[in-house]
Amino acid sequence: MALLRYESQVRPALIEGDKDYHQVTEDICRPVEARPTKLWWIGFLFSVLVLCFGILSVTMEVIYGTGQWNLHKTVGWGWDITNFVWWIGIGHAGTLISAILLLFRQGWRTGVNRAAEAMTIFAVICAGQFPIWHMGRVWVAFFTLPYPNTRGPLWVNFNSPLLWDVFAISTYFTVSLLFWYTGLLPDLATLRDRAKLKWRKMFYGVAAFGWTGSTKHWQRHETLALVLAGLSTPLVLSVHTIVSFDFATSVVPGWHTTIFPPYFVAGAIFSGFAMVQTLLVVTRKVLALEEYITIEHIDVMNKVIVLTGSIVGIAYLTELFMAWYSHVPYEWFAFRQNRVNLFSPYGWSYWIMMGCNVLSPQIFWFRKMRRSLMLTFFMSILINIGMWFERFVIIVTSIYRDYLPSSWATYYRPTIWEVGFYMGTFGLFFTCYFLFSKFFPVIALAEIKHILKRSGENYKEKMDEVEHEKVEEFVEQHGHDHGA
Amino acid sequence: MGLRDTGLDRAGFVYGITGTATAVGFITWALTIDWQLNVGGKPFFALPAWIPITFELTVLFASIGMVLTFCYLCQMAPVVKKDHFNLRSTDDTFVMVLECTDKTNEGEVINFMQSIGAEGVQVQYKETEWWLGRYDKNTKRFEKREVITK
Repeated sequence: MALLRYESQVRPALIEGDKDYHQVTEDICRPVEARPTKLWWIGFLFSVLVLCFGILSVTMEVIYGTGQWNLHKTVGWGWDITNFVWWIGIGHAGTLISAILLLFRQGWRTGVNRAAEAMTIFAVICAGQFPIWHMGRVWVAFFTLPYPNTRGPLWVNFNSPLLWDVFAISTYFTVSLLFWYTGLLPDLATLRDRAKLKWRKMFYGVAAFGWTGSTKHWQRHETLALVLAGLSTPLVLSVHTIVSFDFATSVVPGWHTTIFPPYFVAGAIFSGFAMVQTLLVVTRKVLALEEYITIEHIDVMNKVIVLTGSIVGIAYLTELFMAWYSHVPYEWFAFRQNRVNLFSPYGWSYWIMMGCNVLSPQIFWFRKMRRSLMLTFFMSILINIGMWFERFVIIVTSIYRDYLPSSWATYYRPTIWEVGFYMGTFGLFFTCYFLFSKFFPVIALAEIKHILKRSGENYKEKMDEVEHEKVEEFVEQHGHDHGA
Repeated sequence: MGLRDTGLDRAGFVYGITGTATAVGFITWALTIDWQLNVGGKPFFALPAWIPITFELTVLFASIGMVLTFCYLCQMAPVVKKDHFNLRSTDDTFVMVLECTDKTNEGEVINFMQSIGAEGVQVQYKETEWWLGRYDKNTKRFEKREVITK
């Protein structure tokens, strides 16, 4: 990011209060260095409990087969793939905040990017559970990889979106992990240098890879961050596009539509930002980081939510219109009878989706609503519910009644093990998040120091001096580029 | 600051191209030469279908390659211990380290640093070859002096 000394006073401060670098370090490292609070233990243990129930559900499915789930002809994909797409979608916000906003030089990303990236990694781990365990014969999951074998060698079908998914999700997980971790290195070094206890010194010493803060290392680090950001940006767009291809490349009415790639990507960003809001509204309060994750941050993220929600709304209407305009009777049937018709078995899910995703985020057009924490939290949950229903609607309403009425399926409802599996992934996600917030700094320490001197509240007041400098002086001081 | 450019981004490009070549090369061989699979009557050489995997492998190779190169160039690894002179360098202080030999007049350098506004100056003694760097092997390290400036 360009390390300018000047930022207009019209822009609100991104770091409130009277902070200097040391104070910033103190504020952000304090929750990491403190003992776990009772609240943390309650949350963590509850998450572990839920995770255990998830493990039990998965065990039942592995031992007794996927018949434990209510999947049957023609509903071959139900809660399993709905949840998979839901979690992957959530993961995309983290990469967007870290990578795309870095390329757009948005300083406000520094308050939220570390937590968002961690959320991405945990969400992708949760997402990955579904394609793995839904295989049935999980012990031969490696069949999906192109390895030399004695069966020909039999290679995987490179033309299939299901295989593209394997590569896409693995790459996305690896790159997100690498990006998150290399960004963490300077912060882990800070924790290592502040550590008093022996185990802390060892833990952070090993984790920080010997980072010294040498200028040359910083130069390489910034180059690495920029290139990884440049790679991650198309990666975000491509991964969810590839996930959408699972549906779009089929011939099922309601699935076979070219709008899916942009529709899915916008929806992913939408639900991802909603999940970031859910996490951050709570984190900033509990860890006393309101001066770093300011109302301004919440406001800006809500703007992204209203934007992507509107794109998703337009996509829904486009789909609906094209289903009618195309005069393909099967497509129109899928929309008119299976979705829009409130009296059909799943019509209710379509209207919940419309209400939660299209109508409800419009409230964020109003500034006062964007800056209300209670409303943001409530809306973020509502949006995630809506986005879950979006995937459910796409999958189930299209396949339960498709071409042949004689094949139409009986009503699909999940079993306890499917619900348990989904709840288990929540348990996994929150367990990881609690561990992350305890042992790692939730805010990108080094990056926030980058913007302190131009976006910190106390420095903003000094912008007067800069504004009154003569042009020549200004050019002389700022003329050289810091190699952003 | 006059630092020489890093070659990390060019290395990343090379790793990415390797990924692209690996993906396209392997898939082409597997599906057009080794076992020509008839998928819905489509041509064996279905490049459009292979774009997603090619792109993913490009990104994967570039990322992993760059991160490993970064760790190698900075000589960083999980159990490497480095000396960084002042614990506050990772907190809020800019630290400048000047290497001295027998011939250096320490007093003069300390006075000079303080005159230009150093917050503190320390002299530290380090063993030779104290760091694992490769670029300045010809300079003998004997004493270190540390200057803390803001």
